[in-house]
Amino acid sequence: MTTTKKPNHKPLSHLDWLESEAIYILREVAGQCSNPVLLFSGGKDSLCILRLAEKAFRPGKFPFPLMHIDTGHNYKEVIDFRDQRAAELGERLIVRSVEDSMKRGTVVLKTPDEPRNKHQSVTLLEAIEEFGFDCCIGGARRDEEKARAKERIMSFRDEFGQWDPKNQRPELWDLYNARSHKGENIRAFPISNWTEMDVWQYIEREKLELPSIYFAHQRDIVMRNGAIVPVNVPLASGEIIMPPKANEEVINMQVRFRTVGDITCTAPVISDADNVSKIVLETATTTITERGATRLDDQTSDASMEQRKKEGYF
Amino acid sequence: MANTQTHNDSNHNDSLLRFMTCGSVDDGKSTLIGRLLYDTKTILADTLSHIERTSQKRGMEAVDLSLLTDGLQAEREQGITIDVAYRYFSTGTRKYIIADAPGHEQYTRNMVTAASTANLAIILIDARKGVLTQTRRHTYLAHLVGIPHIVVAVNKMDLVNYDQAVYDKICADYLAFATEIGLAQSKSAAGNDISFIPMSALNGDMLVDRLDNMPWYAGPTMLEMLEAAPTAHSEHAEPFRFPVQFVCRPHASDNPELHDFRGFMGRIQSGEIAVGDAVTVLPNGYTSKVKAIQIGEEKLQSATTEQSVTLLLEDEIDTSRGDMIVKSGDVKEPVKQIEAFVCWLSETPMSTARTYIVRHTTRESKAKVGTISYKVDVNTLEQQTTTDLKMNDIARISFKLAQPLMVDSYAENRSTGAFIIIDESTNNTVGAGMIV
Repeated sequence: MTTTKKPNHKPLSHLDWLESEAIYILREVAGQCSNPVLLFSGGKDSLCILRLAEKAFRPGKFPFPLMHIDTGHNYKEVIDFRDQRAAELGERLIVRSVEDSMKRGTVVLKTPDEPRNKHQSVTLLEAIEEFGFDCCIGGARRDEEKARAKERIMSFRDEFGQWDPKNQRPELWDLYNARSHKGENIRAFPISNWTEMDVWQYIEREKLELPSIYFAHQRDIVMRNGAIVPVNVPLASGEIIMPPKANEEVINMQVRFRTVGDITCTAPVISDADNVSKIVLETATTTITERGATRLDDQTSDASMEQRKKEGYF
Repeated sequence: MANTQTHNDSNHNDSLLRFMTCGSVDDGKSTLIGRLLYDTKTILADTLSHIERTSQKRGMEAVDLSLLTDGLQAEREQGITIDVAYRYFSTGTRKYIIADAPGHEQYTRNMVTAASTANLAIILIDARKGVLTQTRRHTYLAHLVGIPHIVVAVNKMDLVNYDQAVYDKICADYLAFATEIGLAQSKSAAGNDISFIPMSALNGDMLVDRLDNMPWYAGPTMLEMLEAAPTAHSEHAEPFRFPVQFVCRPHASDNPELHDFRGFMGRIQSGEIAVGDAVTVLPNGYTSKVKAIQIGEEKLQSATTEQSVTLLLEDEIDTSRGDMIVKSGDVKEPVKQIEAFVCWLSETPMSTARTYIVRHTTRESKAKVGTISYKVDVNTLEQQTTTDLKMNDIARISFKLAQPLMVDSYAENRSTGAFIIIDESTNNTVGAGMIV
């Protein structure tokens, strides 16, 4: 019966609303899929998703393992943080590496220093097949990039992991359809509707810990084609990569990372923001998009993200 | 709930509004969205320089803000927009999610999709053209999908010399039409409202800034309207509806306190709940009381619409995903037959001979098509007899269900009155239903 009585409640704040929606999406994945996995890199977006999963499923265990596709070129600080966080949560972490795909011959680099980000797709598809995952939960956001503005919350991928923009399921209300046939795959994006600012505000509110490289720190860099490029970066293995070129001047600067990924394609920004509230302020006043400033791999063409997604990239 | 203020108040959004825009590129829809993003400083320097270059390449003099909403490569190659895009901006006091849907009649399904999550619709009218067939179509669909707040934006006022008489006539024409389809009358009962605004998206008149071309208009600017629009799920109190998504039984835990833990997880689709409330679990009809309400391990005394929580009950009740928890005073009998307006979404027409899956809240049921009463012509709103349903068609249909569902009418409740239709052979979502 329709009544004209006013509800007593106030609408949720925007962060509470986003949180509630993300928890709902995680639970839909758990309720609809038989063998999902949560992709976890140690980056800020996936750390938000871990907190959301705690709110969704505690005091129970997560109804899915965590998995990281490691390019072998990740910052040691992030890898250490990844392992520490998984251990604290007591959840299972699977690591599959692009270097193993290279050994198998399924990933072939054009040159030894070619960025490995796009090759993660191959290793991810191999891992999906190995474990029979029917859904991968990821931290992609629609505000990140043009090609993502039309992405579904439950995005359908065929047997080759391909995203066909013309063959996506309509998504109405909050009635998500995560069904798939054997071999097909759903990519679920619980924080689709979050912006970079929402992510930082949530990190601040929830007091989430982050890998140290998100905060201002001194680092050796060179300027290359207008971008700040980190050099002489030590890996977890002790190997040092990204040597400067012969004619380049190495400068020690105070920088932080806005986004964290493969070392060869993630650039830092100049910043003295050494805590989360300073980063929130800086995010409010920045004039450059997250990817524009910091991703060395998306600038090749307007449609480069769309192209990579069609090939099975997240 | 934890509610930490950010250090900078200008960054603190305390509410969220989802709205959609209805119109074609010709009505200035992309320019409207582009300007909202641009004037609220959501567009950052690198994106702007990118569209500046593209504008130059296409031989345009000024920066074409509509390029901000340019689609995917796949769409650009075909020169059309084929899908709903979601965009975001924030004013400091409110976060906005825009569902940007193509307005052409072939895209009824996209409009219905965008409308399903929107609380407000901006319907664009070209001041030179007035109320057109497409205006009627957009209004009908916004009304059908239950969007409570309609803003009619009379755009391109610069091209009619900012003439108030033109604006007044369009408003009167629109109101006459809205009255005809019952939109204007429903105003008081369900909290629906219609507002009007004259503007020029191209110049920016009455969008974020008033400018001084229309001193005769004293109402709020577009942004002021958006800032003031109610964001509440509903304007009236609704009964408590809690579809169970997932049951948490951590019995393997080494914590003995958790051995009997049985948490019913879900999002409150409507209404409110507090510890101690008497509840009934449908369809079985078991009754109990709420022992605790949690988000993760944080305990709450009460919870409200749209919150995702875990409910613990006093009694051990066999409950699983797909069950619906309601307050014991608000019990509604589950039904095995429903009547609904259905928008068909798939390129494969509906087959009356087949069995489909209906997903309603977290429950699924096999469904057989009963009778198709009539199809609605979205342009003339005429009812036509039909035996089939093709993509973008809207018809009133009855279904027989294999499983009982606890439904409300869509007019009463946009969550428990809605369902999607899934084709089991492809797993595609092929239809959207609104229960009569």
